[in-house]
Amino acid sequence: MVKYLKNIPANDPLIIPEQRAIIDQIIEEHRDKPGAAMVVLGEVQSKIGWVSEATQAYLADQLEIPVSTIHGVVTFYSFFTTNPKGKHTIKFCMGTACYVGGVPQLMEKAKQILGIDIGETTPDGLITLEICRCVGACSQAPVIVVDEEVLGRVKPNKLPQAIKQLQN
Amino acid sequence: MMKYFRTHILVCVDPECLSKGAHDILDSLNDELVATGLIDEVQVLETSRIGACSQGPEMMVYPEGVHYAGMSVDDIPYLVEEHFLKGRIAKKFILPIKSTKDEELSAPTAKEIRVVLRNCGEIDPENIEEYIARDGYMALAKVITEMSQDDVINEIKKSGIRGRGGAGFPTHLKWKFTQREQSDIRYVICNADEGDPGAFMNRRVLESDPHSVIEGMIIAAYAIGASQGYVYCRAEYPIAVKTLNIAIQQAKNLGLLGENIMGSDFSFELEVRMGAGAFVCGEETALMNSIEGKRGEPRPRPPFPAVRGLWKKPTNINNVETYANVPQIILKGADWFASMGTEKSKGTKTFAMAGDINHTGLIEVPMGITLREIIFDIGNGIRDNKEFKAIQTGGPMGGCLPKQYLDLPVDYESLIQAGSMMGSGGMIVMDEDTCMVDIARFFMEFTQEESCGKCTPCRVGTKRILDILERICAGHGRQGDIEQLEMLCSEIKQDSLCGLGQGAPNPVESTLKHFRDEYEAHILEKRCPAKVCKALIRYQIIENTCTGCTVCARNCPVNAISGERHQPHFIDPDTCIRCGICVQVCNFNAIEIV
Repeated sequence: MVKYLKNIPANDPLIIPEQRAIIDQIIEEHRDKPGAAMVVLGEVQSKIGWVSEATQAYLADQLEIPVSTIHGVVTFYSFFTTNPKGKHTIKFCMGTACYVGGVPQLMEKAKQILGIDIGETTPDGLITLEICRCVGACSQAPVIVVDEEVLGRVKPNKLPQAIKQLQN
Repeated sequence: MMKYFRTHILVCVDPECLSKGAHDILDSLNDELVATGLIDEVQVLETSRIGACSQGPEMMVYPEGVHYAGMSVDDIPYLVEEHFLKGRIAKKFILPIKSTKDEELSAPTAKEIRVVLRNCGEIDPENIEEYIARDGYMALAKVITEMSQDDVINEIKKSGIRGRGGAGFPTHLKWKFTQREQSDIRYVICNADEGDPGAFMNRRVLESDPHSVIEGMIIAAYAIGASQGYVYCRAEYPIAVKTLNIAIQQAKNLGLLGENIMGSDFSFELEVRMGAGAFVCGEETALMNSIEGKRGEPRPRPPFPAVRGLWKKPTNINNVETYANVPQIILKGADWFASMGTEKSKGTKTFAMAGDINHTGLIEVPMGITLREIIFDIGNGIRDNKEFKAIQTGGPMGGCLPKQYLDLPVDYESLIQAGSMMGSGGMIVMDEDTCMVDIARFFMEFTQEESCGKCTPCRVGTKRILDILERICAGHGRQGDIEQLEMLCSEIKQDSLCGLGQGAPNPVESTLKHFRDEYEAHILEKRCPAKVCKALIRYQIIENTCTGCTVCARNCPVNAISGERHQPHFIDPDTCIRCGICVQVCNFNAIEIV
C-alpha cells in the first residue's frame, strides 16, 4: 500500500485518514458486485468529491482491475472529476429549453461576478462553476442547480444574491 | 395493520416545487398537524408531479380531491385550521380549474389517454400498498398463476407494442429472441438513461409510479426466463434512484421480488445502477458496457443484446415506458391496447412539451394524433401569440419540422419519413424568434461533445459539421458550405457505429431541408433573420423610449452601456458582447436588436 503514498499531494483523500476510511468502506461494500468499478467510482465521487490519481491506482489494486481501465472510466464520464471541487457547485443546465431560455446569459453574469471560467473553482476553493445536461425541469427554464437545489426561472440580476448566499 | 387516516395530503416534491419551498411546506404541515393534534388523522405524503408545478408549491388533498397551490409556509396554519380542523375548503389556495391537471384530462379539447401516467400524482410512490390498491401486481399474479412464457409473449405480440425508447422495435420480438437463446442465465435491463435534453417523461414515471416499471420488468423476466435485472438510471435523476430503491425494497419485503416470487419457483433479483453523465449510455450496447464497469462505448451489432448482451449473456433491454405499459396490457388485454393508435403504432405515447408553448409539461396521447392537435389543442398554442416556426421531436437525434408538417400523424413511420423520429418523446416547440442555424449548431455541439470517440465518422464528422456551423453563425459562412454539410451528413449517417452517430446529422439535415433560406441568409447576406446569432446582430437603445433608469447599465457585464441618469443611454457596439441581459432587465422595452 505504501507505493500509492509516494509523492502525492497533502490534500489527497488517501492521506487524509477519515477520507481513506470512507474509501475503504466503499470498496468493502461493493467489492463482490459484478461491474463494481462504476459503482465504487460513483460512490467515491459523491462522498469524497473527486477521484485523485492516487485513489485511482488504489482502487485498481483493490478491485484487481488495470489502472488504465479505471483511468479510462474516470475520464469517460463527466460526473467523475480528477480535481477537487469547490465547497459549493453552481451548475448551469444546458438542456434545449434552458439554452433557449437564457442560461448562456446567466453564465456570462456568473463568470463576471466570480472572475472564473466555467469548469473552474474560485481561488478560495468555495465555488465551482459547471455546466450540466438537462435536469428535466424544462418547464422552469432557465434552470441552475446550486449544490443539490434546483433554481428555476433565474434572472441575471438575481444571480449576485444567490452567489452571495453561498459566500456567507 | 395499515393505519387508518381520514385525510391524505400529497405534497409535490418535484425539482420545480422543491425550488419553491416544498420541503418547508412539508415540515410546516407536519408541525402544524402535531400542534393541532391531527397527526393521527391526517397523513402527509410526498409525491411527484401533480400537474401545476409552475404555480407550486402544490398539494392534493384526498378524499376531497382538492388541489391547492401557491401557498407559503405562513399560510399553513390557516390552511390546517380551515380545512383539516374545521372541514372547510380553503378557497383562496384552490387552483382555478383552468390550470389544473383536470383540464388536461377532461376538458372537451383534451385528447389524452392515460395508461403509463395513470397513477402519477394519484398515489404515494413510496408506498407499495397504494399501488396495489390500484390493481398493482395483479398482472404479475395473473402471469405467474395462469400464463406460460409463450402466453405472455403472444399477448405482448397481439398488443402490437413497440419500443418506447425511440427506435420502435417490436417488443415481443426482443423478448422472443432473448427467450430462445440457449443460456444458463439471462438478464433484463430497464433503460432509464433519459438523456435527451427536454425529455422528462421517464423521470416522472420513475418518481411517481416506480412499481409499474418494476412489475413490467418482473413480467418480462418471467417471459424470457431471466433471473437478474438492472435498472440503469442516469445520475442526473437522484430522486428517481431513491424512489426506485425504496420501491424495490418494498416489493422484496412482500415477496414480489427475490426468491420464489408469489410462492412459485420463479426467482428474480433487481438492482439499480447509476450512470455517470454520459449521453451515449442511452444506447443499449454502451449502457451494458457501463453496467459492466467499463467505458460506455457502444459495441458493433450484431451480435444483438438478445444473443450476446450483458456479460455476453442473452439480455432483454427495454425503455421505462415500455415496461410501464406491460402490466396494463396483461391486465386489460392485448385487444384493448391494440384498439388505441394507428395500424402500425399501437397504444399511447407520453411526450414532454417544452419551449415556446403555453402549456408545458407532460402529456400522454394515443399514437396517430397530429402535431397540430398536440401543439394547439393540448398545448394551447404558442406563447405570447407568436408565430409557430418549428417543432423539434426526438431529441438531439431528431429533426425540426416546420408548419407544413403540423397535420402529420405522430407515429414511428411518419416521423421518420418526415426526417425526424419519435425518440423517447421530447417535443420542443419553437417560435419565430428561434434561429434554425443556431439550433442546429446547438444540437451538433451536444452530439459532438457526447460522441464517445470510438468510431471515426462520428468523432471526426460531428466536429467538422460543428466547425462549419460555428463559422456560419459567426458570419464567416462561405459558398459551398451547404453542399459540404449535406455530404458530411449523409456519410456520418451511413458509416457510424451506433444510433448516436447515425442520428447526429438529423437536426442539420432537417433544418437544411426546411429552412434553407435561413442558412443562405447567414452565408450570403451575413444576416440572421431571427436575430439570434451574436456576430450578425447589434443591440441599440431606442432613444424615445429609454427613460434613463440606468438598470441596463448596472447589469451590463462588460460596462458597454453609458449615459446620464434620466437621459437616453447608449450601447457601445464594440464593447458589447451581445449577451442580451439588458433586454431582459429593461422595464420599458427600450432596447432593440438590429
